[in-house]
Amino acid sequence: MAASTPASSGATPSPGAPAPERGLSVAQAPVVDATVVHDRVAHDAVARAAPIDTVTVLTVDDVRRALTRIGHEIVERNQGAERIVLIGLYSKGDVLARRLAAAIEGFEGVAVPVGTLDVSFYRDDIGLRPVRPAGPTDVAFPIDGRVVVLVDDVLYTGRTIRAALDALTDLGRPRAVQLAVLVDRGHRELPIRPDFVGKNLPTHVTEDVRVTVTDAGTDDGVVLVKGAPA
Amino acid sequence: MKHLLGVEDLTRADIEELLDLADSFLEVTQRDIAKVPALRGRTVATMFFEDSTRTKLSFETAAKRLSADTLSFSVSTSSVKKGESLKDTAQTVEAMGADAIVVRHSSSGAPHRVAGWVNASVVNAGDGWHGHPTQALLDAFTLRRHRGPSLDGLRVLIAGDVKHSRVARSDVHVLTTLGAQVTVCGPPTLLPGATEGWPVTITHDLDDALCDTDVVYLLRIQRERQDAALFPTLREYTARWGLTDERAARLKPDVLVMHPGPMNRGVEISSAVADSPRSLILEQVSNGVAVRMGVLFKLLAGDAGAGGGSRAAGAGTATGAAGTRDVTGQGASR
Repeated sequence: MAASTPASSGATPSPGAPAPERGLSVAQAPVVDATVVHDRVAHDAVARAAPIDTVTVLTVDDVRRALTRIGHEIVERNQGAERIVLIGLYSKGDVLARRLAAAIEGFEGVAVPVGTLDVSFYRDDIGLRPVRPAGPTDVAFPIDGRVVVLVDDVLYTGRTIRAALDALTDLGRPRAVQLAVLVDRGHRELPIRPDFVGKNLPTHVTEDVRVTVTDAGTDDGVVLVKGAPA
Repeated sequence: MKHLLGVEDLTRADIEELLDLADSFLEVTQRDIAKVPALRGRTVATMFFEDSTRTKLSFETAAKRLSADTLSFSVSTSSVKKGESLKDTAQTVEAMGADAIVVRHSSSGAPHRVAGWVNASVVNAGDGWHGHPTQALLDAFTLRRHRGPSLDGLRVLIAGDVKHSRVARSDVHVLTTLGAQVTVCGPPTLLPGATEGWPVTITHDLDDALCDTDVVYLLRIQRERQDAALFPTLREYTARWGLTDERAARLKPDVLVMHPGPMNRGVEISSAVADSPRSLILEQVSNGVAVRMGVLFKLLAGDAGAGGGSRAAGAGTATGAAGTRDVTGQGASR
């Protein structure tokens, strides 16, 4: 999803720009302002410095707290964790699903099955843009009669979730499907709503929400990139 | 990627992308409902001017599991019997609405010619002695699943009628591009005349070559060649270049055996070896469906506006398509 930036190129924050958050990786963010002078010291911290017009939305601690809260909400809504399976959508929902499962196991003592779903072959924009799966679907347990919690990083148009619902149908007949997202940025194009939200984030369509999550949970964060290049 | 006409056009990155796609589709083929809607509304035509069991079935199965419609054409029941030309036949098939045409022909280069006559994507399903790209991809895919993720340094012995084998030509390119070390083995009469620049080791001694390989890939002895007196008798061929039970018994336990099919049991491969646990022959066939799903998906849907299909053309205006790409560039089309 994120455009790649050469690892060595780092934008020097201009005066008045927000200081880079500790532990927050925006290494994948493009250098928005091409005129920014590159600091050739290329120290790691410099390389990861935030481009000037990004706003930190969630810090590493915020992400951890949000996931813990969502984990509790999932268990509360379903009166326990026994019937639940978590299915993350590539390429960040899979990490979030594993993090949620670890959180739930931590306070509930139940190991919730975790799967990964690739929705590429169910998308409605095949042929309109390059579609390339991030990896094979891996749902190694039956979902019939279970409560499937779909997990994704950002909920936007809802089209990915529409595709995910179709993909789930081919895997079985869940008792119910719920949706957990780290960020809901609005602009829905389909009648889809999340059940569990880390943060509601009003955005403009020209803005871009960039999520970094890792299994270790040491490098997480969400930034809003203002007026991302068209 | 518009066509798949030969493996010569494919870089290592291209090949790896197609094999990664096949990984995703292999998971699909193993489901209870082994079908995805990826190519709904598209049409895949198979145009086979040469006999085939597995390749034709494999492509048609792949198309159906992608929810594409299939048109099937075989020479024996077509107007080719009445003298219709290759060009007219291909254009007729395209006029039926085919978005992709899968061509097998006894003449090398026939798929290239067809690609010049039609707007549809053309897939080479075997042309003369030239190439058989999807076979080579499925062979690489099968090996990657057993000896992967990397084939770097893997020793592959290709034995038999290399000279007349399009499979061997495509396999040598794909496997060496992926880093494997390929040796070809066969009687001098069944090896290509000019082999300079071919990235392979050449030998005539099968027993020697078998000591030093991780994979034995046997080629079909094309019985029709026997008339050309390229080898004395089938029995003598088997004695010197066949993978007999005795030779198989001397192989290290982890050496894998492959064959593109159809096999001549008892000629290039003994029946017991073909059915032994080290044989990947049936797995090659099932992997073939996943690989061909990957190829069809890549050609018809892998790129924006690819394939010139009705759906891409009809679903958006030029500005609409441009807008979609903009959004994609931001990684924002969630």
